Amino acid sequence: METTRDVIIIGSGPAGLTAGVYTARANLKPLLIEGLLAGGQLMMTTEVENFPGFSHGVMGPALMAEMRAQAERFGTETVQADVTAVDLSRRPFSATADGTVYTANALIVATGASAKLLGLPAERALMGRGVSTCATCDGFFYRGKPIAVVGGGDSALEEAIFLTKFASKVTLVHRRQSLRGSKIMQDKALANPKIEMAWNSVVADIKGAGTGGVSAIVLRDIETGQTRDVPVDGVFVAIGHTPNTTLFAGALALDENGYVVTHDGTNTSVPGVFACGDVQDHTYRQAITAAGSGCMAALDAEHFLDHQ
Amino acid sequence: MASDKVQILTDSNFDTTIKGAALPVLVDFWAEWCQPCLRLGPTVDALAAELEGKLVVAKMNVDENPMTPGRFGVRSIPMLVLFKGGQPVDQSVGLVPKEELKMMVTPHIAE
Repeated sequence: METTRDVIIIGSGPAGLTAGVYTARANLKPLLIEGLLAGGQLMMTTEVENFPGFSHGVMGPALMAEMRAQAERFGTETVQADVTAVDLSRRPFSATADGTVYTANALIVATGASAKLLGLPAERALMGRGVSTCATCDGFFYRGKPIAVVGGGDSALEEAIFLTKFASKVTLVHRRQSLRGSKIMQDKALANPKIEMAWNSVVADIKGAGTGGVSAIVLRDIETGQTRDVPVDGVFVAIGHTPNTTLFAGALALDENGYVVTHDGTNTSVPGVFACGDVQDHTYRQAITAAGSGCMAALDAEHFLDHQ
Repeated sequence: MASDKVQILTDSNFDTTIKGAALPVLVDFWAEWCQPCLRLGPTVDALAAELEGKLVVAKMNVDENPMTPGRFGVRSIPMLVLFKGGQPVDQSVGLVPKEELKMMVTPHIAE
């Protein structure tokens, strides 16, 4: 039986690791349960140009390795497993990972968000056969081939630009007439000769199920309703994220989109449970805001434990 | 990224290994630059140790072996493909927990 700790942190992106740094330095001996994709979404990115302190940019995985080392340096203990169950109905709270039940008087939820899919039946059938949510993983397979990226935010633009290193042509499918991403990324994408915009368009279907893999996407113009086939070998979906809150359904108040509801800083509906990073943020979703809210959650947890 | 329970496959030894195997073979297609692949590696190693004698576990680096992944339609990694009698019978894409992998291979291995 594990002894009850002061604080458990679930998640190991910028939010969770920053909470680790701060709670460890407060001598709370945090246990950080990393989850399968340790390091979070930044592990699947390339260069991060907007994290303060890195004037020449930093690779996402390298940034996360630094944050992890910093958290461990001050005594954060880590467990490499996914949390499969939590009990927040009484204190100490419990979290089960890899069959072990860990308990703590305060809990910090930093489980982040995962890539959202289009929801087409063909998409599931073709996952791994041309449909991808990880450009850095799979771009390699599309050397000299035409592909499509779906989405218009920074993630989509970054993926599209990255994929031009491999692909012969990248069709960027966006349902609006203008991009949502930051100006610098928009300029880069629009200036790239390999990127062709498909404005006001949505993916109505993906062709290739039952064959070797994706052969084309069917685009529908949302103004005219007309459809057309665009031959591609791959489709990268970057239409946003959905919060990883399945674990907390019924245990924490969630909003209509599944995000953890926070108030007065990082407090959730359960006193002693705090949330930080993308799991509670559908507005900013930046590495730096996630890290900032991880710091807030750590300070909130410390304050809570001091007043018990 | 492999333990001694895991065979290393290449374009040149792939067919002989897969077709010659008496047991089902689980092949992990991966690359160094794929972060989820690096995370999945230890899980695959653990599965190899756990199911030794029932399942052959092998890894193929897609960067070093350009021929084989395409033959099996691998366009995303990490991808695990289960071969039985030389034929692919099931697959798993992305970072998945060990229990899920066990559920995939269990119906194909002898007790």
